[in-house]
Amino acid sequence: MAQEPGRALIVGAGLAALRGAEALRAAGFSGPLTIVGDEPHPPYDRPPLSKHVLTGAIPADATTLPGVGGLAADWQLGSAALRLDRQARMVGLADGRTLPYDRLLIATGTRARPWPNPHEGRLAGVFTLRGRDDAAALRQALAAGPKHVLVIGGGFIGCEVASLCRQLGLPVTLVEPGPTPLARVLGRTVGAFIGAIHEGHGVALRCGSEVEWLEAEDGRLTRAHLVDGSSLATDVAVVALGAVRNTEWLDGAGLSADSGGVDCDARGHVLDTEGRPDPHIAAAGDVARFPHPIYDGRRVALEHWSHAVAQGIHAGRLLAGAEPESPYDALPTFWSTQGDLVVKSAGLTEGADAVAITQGDPAAGRFVALYGRAGRCIAAVSVDSARWLPAHAELIAARAPFPPRGAATDRPNGVAIFEPGFA
Amino acid sequence: MSAPADVSSGPPPGLRVSVDLNLCQAYAQCCYAAPRHFRIEGHEALFYDPAPAVQDRDAIERARVACPVQAIRVEEPERTA
Repeated sequence: MAQEPGRALIVGAGLAALRGAEALRAAGFSGPLTIVGDEPHPPYDRPPLSKHVLTGAIPADATTLPGVGGLAADWQLGSAALRLDRQARMVGLADGRTLPYDRLLIATGTRARPWPNPHEGRLAGVFTLRGRDDAAALRQALAAGPKHVLVIGGGFIGCEVASLCRQLGLPVTLVEPGPTPLARVLGRTVGAFIGAIHEGHGVALRCGSEVEWLEAEDGRLTRAHLVDGSSLATDVAVVALGAVRNTEWLDGAGLSADSGGVDCDARGHVLDTEGRPDPHIAAAGDVARFPHPIYDGRRVALEHWSHAVAQGIHAGRLLAGAEPESPYDALPTFWSTQGDLVVKSAGLTEGADAVAITQGDPAAGRFVALYGRAGRCIAAVSVDSARWLPAHAELIAARAPFPPRGAATDRPNGVAIFEPGFA
Repeated sequence: MSAPADVSSGPPPGLRVSVDLNLCQAYAQCCYAAPRHFRIEGHEALFYDPAPAVQDRDAIERARVACPVQAIRVEEPERTA
């Protein structure tokens, strides 16, 4: 491949696409490179969108990522990819054009899961938060001083928006069907600790509840009705129901892909419906589902910033023809800034059967929780205790015994073990 | 080769900064080096300015090299585009 560079095409223009493009170039690919994005914007950083863009500290258009210049790339922005023809090796765009490729990186990411009722979802005052334009629109609504903000969904984005509303002095209610915020990812034990911190800052939590429908007057949101028959007046609602992977454009391409992502092998090449890798195509970032070596090859698709960077780089090198030294095996990590609170994680909590508080004290609002499964450490979550996390990450990467041997420095009598509380 | 679509109509040219907040452990050295562009909120939440003006280059560069975990990335678009 090094002698015949051919054409490289990257579909998607987010973080994974950008870091993939950089790695492709850095690994020596000198042929034509085209990057296709459905949004009109060059790659931008998403984490500030749910934080300092919403507070107004930085404008949404200041989030363009470093690395956009200097790629010698042909940017095709504002036109979505609609189909992939692997036999002809070309991608069809929404504007009718087709783009040929010899090396293709699929990095189409995710989109916000919309409110299930499309009419209600389009009401003035109802928002989702995924892209730069979403953040700019929500910022405008928050800056106008709404009487009340309703956050629908207590995942990470929901918790970030709710806590930020309190920073802005806005009354906010968070409605979450689970028993606590973040219960699906962190379990209800740790979720309850974090929920209590947010309640202490004035977030009204309505857990174990769901919004049934949204009422409007003259096309503008006025009230949310909950399944228990109660209702609350609100002029802004933020729908934070998670993300949907952008794989529809791959329908008919013969790849193993569904709403959970496009499947890759351990090296990073996409798999066809027969499970055979396509050596011309790699995938990276939120949309890529791959067997994770640290978790016994369980197939996962990770919506994490650091994963988009690391897997983007891995895929870029792979497409440049550089043989990977090992399967992609980066330990999953993420962070979430919720108001002034920093929640960080290493590893994956799925399947945890125990959790231990290994540092700090949940009642004090600063702690580290270590998750175990079948006697091994699988994940850790820090709350305003980030400096303790790398040591825990080493335990997880090493699949160290759980509970960990040796008392933590502030736990001379050993650690208490809790039920993690996954549904 | 065309430039990104909104480079001409979007934000004015300037520095681009991103911080890997997975790596960041709130040592706050950047806040001392470039206090107008980096600050710690609460115990360890880093705020940073992702698009500082070019004339602030020296302060931003001091912040970048001061970071004990090398979490800060800086770029000047006009030098590399």
